[in-house]
Amino acid sequence: MPVPDYAEILADVEDLIRRFIKNPVTIEEDTELVNGLGLDSLLVMEVIQEVEDRFDIFFPLNTLAEIRTVKDFVLQIQREIGG
Amino acid sequence: MGLFDKLANIAAARQGLEAFGVDPFNVVIEEILSPTEARIGGQPVLLAGTNNYLGLTFDPGCMAAACQSINAEGTGTTGSRMANGTYAGHLKLEEELATFYDCRKGIVFSTGFLANLGMITALAGPGDAILIDADCHASIYDGCRMSGADIIRFRHNSAIDMEKKLKRLGARTENTLIIVEGIYSMLGDRAPLKDIVALKRQYGGMLMVDEAHSLGVLGEKGRGMAEDAKVEADVDFIVGTFSKSLGGIGGFCVGNHPGLDLIPYASRPYIFTASPSPATIASTRAALPLLRDGVALRKQVWENATSLYTRLQQMGFKLGPEISPVIAVRLGAREESLAFWQVMLNSGVYVNLVLPPAAPSNSCLLRCSLSAAHTPAQIEKIAEVFSTTRAQLAG
Ligand SMILES: Cc1ncc(COP(=O)(O)O)c(C=O)c1O
Repeated sequence: MPVPDYAEILADVEDLIRRFIKNPVTIEEDTELVNGLGLDSLLVMEVIQEVEDRFDIFFPLNTLAEIRTVKDFVLQIQREIGG
Repeated sequence: MGLFDKLANIAAARQGLEAFGVDPFNVVIEEILSPTEARIGGQPVLLAGTNNYLGLTFDPGCMAAACQSINAEGTGTTGSRMANGTYAGHLKLEEELATFYDCRKGIVFSTGFLANLGMITALAGPGDAILIDADCHASIYDGCRMSGADIIRFRHNSAIDMEKKLKRLGARTENTLIIVEGIYSMLGDRAPLKDIVALKRQYGGMLMVDEAHSLGVLGEKGRGMAEDAKVEADVDFIVGTFSKSLGGIGGFCVGNHPGLDLIPYASRPYIFTASPSPATIASTRAALPLLRDGVALRKQVWENATSLYTRLQQMGFKLGPEISPVIAVRLGAREESLAFWQVMLNSGVYVNLVLPPAAPSNSCLLRCSLSAAHTPAQIEKIAEVFSTTRAQLAG
């Protein structure tokens, strides 16, 4: 399986997040997951489970503290896929 | 930005409760009358939301042991287990727990919360991995966070998801601590321990089971879920609490691993807090044989659980997935649940209101916990008040 690039991961993540949010929102790279999208702690956990399955990676909860925006999130996924 | 700004969400939620005129998280038991009865807000209330599974809080033998200990040893130890806080009773209780579990070693902590913090932080550190069930208790999450290890969750009670994650961990399982509970505290469902143990055997890792809600409730001797599932030999560490079926306060860990001898030197939540008071140790020591031999109590708490679960199910309430002494009634929105809780209390029945994120999967719960001390008439009353409350709120 070819390694997905940044743009592909971003598109996937946007899709995935949309499934968890009731209201239609614009998702930009610098949108904040919690403050911008209103994802509460339980939804963040759900999103992470989905991301782990989608990319077959780990997203350890302890790395969450450094992740604020959609971009942070995508970069972390990219790191996990690469590493 | 002030320090309290981050609590803005809590402030808003609290204001909401104030506007509603109820604060379910600030109930005062004005007088406790028995394991199942209290006075709240000036009126007698039937308690259906304690964790007093065997009803031992008023056991005359346990009470006498505690009184005797206060008279002989005073009110507190004023020190940590590592300094001046280990009395003969603390050691005896550790031996008795080890004997009860047929294990080499028992360690007493000041609460179950601290037992989880103490064990997890001593066992796991940066570079290690901890694999936990998503519905694990807050103390397990906090212990994981404090440890600095990589925290990986699997979907609640899903052996399939657990296997996926173990596979992904690969060689890292050598440094992996797996943590699950026996009976889960909110929905009352049991861990699929046989499957979990089989996966551990296949992929590696060490397994810790928190029996907080299953101690005294499951297993012939009341040792919990691991005994019930006949997998004790494959469980590396059992953690539990004295605060539920044993009717006291305190926590413990038991196991066979020789490394357990190092925990008291390595575990900050063991070292930097005062040890349980002598009276607490005395009542717990008196309660332990009652729990071990409490076959009739176990039978009773399960009969009570089955009776309430069946009644509520027949009435059409949405319940947790299986019968257990923890019965979770799933309700809808927050306001509806608050109102339900309040009307029940006004009708003389106390249950626990659980809102997300404490309640899993974003639903509000009314959590009942049954005791061997509940009488058939009390069970009947709990069921009846559920029914009349629903009718009142619908009308
Ligand atoms: C699963 C679980 N572990 C640990 C604890 C903490 O126990 P303690 O009350 O002894 O701190 C609880 C109690 O709420 C629990 O439900």
